[in-house]
Amino acid sequence: MRLVAHNMLQCHVKGCNSNNFPLQLSNVEIEIQETDFNPMFLRNILPKLEWNALVKTALQINITTLPNVLPDTSTDDLDDEFLKMLHRVLLETHIQQGKMICPNCNHVYAIKDGIPNMLLNENET
Amino acid sequence: MRLKDLESKLQNVAGFDKPKIELEQYCTTPHLAARMLYTAHTVYDDIESKVVADFGCGCGILSIAANLLNSSYNLALEIDDDALQIAKENCSEFEVDVDFTLTDLISIPMDHLRNKVDTIVMNPPFGTKNNKGIDMIFLKKAIEAAKISVYSLHKSTTREHIRKKAKEWGVECEVLAEMKFDVPMMYKGHKKKSVDIEVDFIRFAKKSY
Ligand SMILES: [Zn+2]
Repeated sequence: MRLVAHNMLQCHVKGCNSNNFPLQLSNVEIEIQETDFNPMFLRNILPKLEWNALVKTALQINITTLPNVLPDTSTDDLDDEFLKMLHRVLLETHIQQGKMICPNCNHVYAIKDGIPNMLLNENET
Repeated sequence: MRLKDLESKLQNVAGFDKPKIELEQYCTTPHLAARMLYTAHTVYDDIESKVVADFGCGCGILSIAANLLNSSYNLALEIDDDALQIAKENCSEFEVDVDFTLTDLISIPMDHLRNKVDTIVMNPPFGTKNNKGIDMIFLKKAIEAAKISVYSLHKSTTREHIRKKAKEWGVECEVLAEMKFDVPMMYKGHKKKSVDIEVDFIRFAKKSY
């Protein structure tokens, strides 16, 4: 799982309706897998991501390179170095093992072999 | 890449070892998968450099096809861990990056997927006696989440119902092709090995787009 996917996940335990995003990462194992750099795609995805959640999550896995405020993506002057850093964080950083904890109800979702398990028991849905 | 080449590459996607009847597990055929993604790519430009999600990915064939047509980021949701392991294996054979999540689409909210995913491709379960209407639940969620469009397969017999629902949900609905889906018969007591089901290949488009 990469941070783009994490930016789309929320807790969905029955009754847990607020403060349930982003899930907090804990005890993670990270693996870097290189992939082709595509600046056009980064410009496409950046404005769609929930930036504050991304920055917060990145810090939980010791990635400190993201600025607190997302630079204006509508202009073309995002420099290559910045985009390459984002490429590394968003598309090459894989969370292989670990846990995601709901900030509201503390429910724990496991990440195993790169796949987060979002399934709940019957009594939790 | 030509349609023919896409289809022939997809012949190498492995199917299910032990298909589960209750989940209607059968792999979308390379022929159908290639047609779907090739059309989405060449006619509508909905794949290249896009965020593509696959709802109920099964063995992963639609995600792999999207990747072969240069989607930029792929998310694949599936309720069955065994299927996900096959999908993962397939993706690594093809050397494509797909982020999987083990998810029950029926219960998961779309709040944070909404507007991040450009295009959704899926071959939802058609629904049997026990889970009637599951195809419409998948469709409703997909339409809720996709920013641009949803490509899906539905039984042709449900066409009018789907048109009506699409109107209700405020999306455009275009039947792109009628196709035959050779569905293996997995139920005990069936004499035939497989049965052809008529399916519509449909594109749903968000009107604001
Ligand atoms: Zn929660």
